[in-house]
Amino acid sequence: MTSEASPGRREIAVVAFAQSDTLRSTAELSEVEMLMPVLHDVLAQTGLKTADIGFTCSGSCDYLAGRAFSFTLALDGVGAWPPISESHVETDGAWALYEAWTKLLSGDADTALVYSYGKSSPGSLRDVLTRQLDPYYVAPLWPDSVALAALQAQALIDAGDTDERELAAIGARSRTTDNPRAQLKGPVPQGDYLVRPLRRGDCPPIGDGAAAVILAAGERARELCERPAWIRGIDHRIEAHSLGVRDLTDSPSARLAAERAGAFERPVDTAELHAPFTSQEVVLRKALGLGDSTRINPSGGALAANPMMAAGLARIGEAAVRIHRGESDRALAHATSGPCLQQNLVAVLEGDPR
Amino acid sequence: MPDVLKAPLVVEFPFTRSLGPVQSAFLTGLRERVVLGVRTRDGRTLVPPVEYDPVTAEEIRDLVHVGATGTVTTWAWNHEPRRGQPLDTPFAWVLVRLDGADTALLHALDAPGPDAVRTGMRVRVRWAEERTGAITDIACFEPYDGDDSEVTFHAGEFADPVHGIVAQARLDYTYSPGRAQTAYINALAERRAVGERCPSCRKVYVPPRGACPTCGVATSEQVEVGPAGTVTTFCIVNIKAKNLDIEVPYVYAHIALDGADLALHGRIGGIPYDQVRMGLRVEPVWTEGGRYPDHYRPTGEPDADYETYKELL
Ligand SMILES: [Zn+2]
Repeated sequence: MTSEASPGRREIAVVAFAQSDTLRSTAELSEVEMLMPVLHDVLAQTGLKTADIGFTCSGSCDYLAGRAFSFTLALDGVGAWPPISESHVETDGAWALYEAWTKLLSGDADTALVYSYGKSSPGSLRDVLTRQLDPYYVAPLWPDSVALAALQAQALIDAGDTDERELAAIGARSRTTDNPRAQLKGPVPQGDYLVRPLRRGDCPPIGDGAAAVILAAGERARELCERPAWIRGIDHRIEAHSLGVRDLTDSPSARLAAERAGAFERPVDTAELHAPFTSQEVVLRKALGLGDSTRINPSGGALAANPMMAAGLARIGEAAVRIHRGESDRALAHATSGPCLQQNLVAVLEGDPR
Repeated sequence: MPDVLKAPLVVEFPFTRSLGPVQSAFLTGLRERVVLGVRTRDGRTLVPPVEYDPVTAEEIRDLVHVGATGTVTTWAWNHEPRRGQPLDTPFAWVLVRLDGADTALLHALDAPGPDAVRTGMRVRVRWAEERTGAITDIACFEPYDGDDSEVTFHAGEFADPVHGIVAQARLDYTYSPGRAQTAYINALAERRAVGERCPSCRKVYVPPRGACPTCGVATSEQVEVGPAGTVTTFCIVNIKAKNLDIEVPYVYAHIALDGADLALHGRIGGIPYDQVRMGLRVEPVWTEGGRYPDHYRPTGEPDADYETYKELL
């Protein structure tokens, strides 16, 4: 999708965002119990009830829970009776938001509820994530998510794009956030190597959490939110699955998605990047051409809280609430999926002129 | 809040995957100690090979022989190997561009320590002793300071090619059913059935999941239901499940416990399978020491009137 407004294209905005605290373990809560307060929060912000919502779309992953069709149980939290118009993506909720955005663009609905959640605590996340890899050549070797990110980090260091000190500074800056929902806040020791050159401080905390967003079209958005965060463009791109085919120091898919979302037409004042590893922020800054005039991850980003399947949607939500509050006029939100930034989604959000 | 239940949950799956012509040639080649790549129309050689050009999406089949020696393009030192990884002693993950290839292969490098590894170092394949036609036929890479290996033509044709792999996976979880289902399961162990009432629509859900699916609100008020109930619908199972010691055919039913607004599942016993019917009144049967009902059997009461359970179908 290009950002050039086609004639008659509907304006769609993020009008509300809610998220849970991200916690290392939430064993006392089922997924729906973890999710429900977030759904109630996001609905309460707009005064909407589930029956008022035109379309519902969610993101989650069965491999985290270790159970098939686990998302169907979470539907209890949205009140799926009488029947609702609903869909699900088996990935981060940012992609569920993309689907909801197209649904609203088509005119089939005026409002959409998008939510996503993930509990990493039941399993071993590093092992679980190996199952998303190429099953013929890669998954049988069980390279975990930290190992693959470390290969990318070393490639960046070899290319002279960064060094371990700069990576540590990215981790430290991310965790000085005042985000009350973050899992890690304040000074955190950089720690030992998990997989060299990445130390514990270069890696995201492992946590459970949920996020939810409400989208609305045109005048409906203005009724529901004082300063809607208009989605000016949104696009997602993917690169070859084979890591050895890619230049790991670059992210052409993030750049192309940003271009198609209109990110390069004017500078953004805020960027919420879904970079679970410090080294990935280096890649994204370069690919997206982000300079010092852009505030990067005031929320702390994925280095402060990385609930699987919700962290990308949370980036869009965090960017949007800054526009709602008047702290940003034009923000870029990014979500990723897969090893070493294989898949990237970029949304450009703007508030009405003040 | 009482402690929630927890139990180990192991998910194991042997995925049987078929190989196309290119992957078959590559993995059969590994079995025969030959590394094959595939040539794109613009002359690049991809290793490991794929069936479609990642840039143009064009179908590619032009197999070429590449070296078993190569150069590390990036690496990461893994001081704590994890289950299933190629080596159980500390090793480096490496991307290796084999001689004659334009792309890199992911594998492990056996080296004494991180100081012995650098980008640009020369390595060679260490073959596994027993090879089956899988990526693990490469046991790992090892440092190598000899010449480039000779690269010759190869048609990629072998006797007895492998056509598939079995991708074994095992993931270990600690499953917790959460607060509401913990209360339900604990009550079952005391031979009671406990549901939760929705504060909004007043319906009683059994088993409770902590939320009313109609209203989308949390439930917490506990309500004891049953023990008897009514069969609302059923099916006759004719396939014997693995690890399940139940003779087929048997009846699996939806049972609305008295006082519940949702039917749960259970097996019906104590009655020939072809005499089970909608409206049959049943009660749970616990086996000695069982934490949950083994099955449900007829109570002997007259059948329930259809009007009393039609909303629960
Ligand atoms: Zn209710």
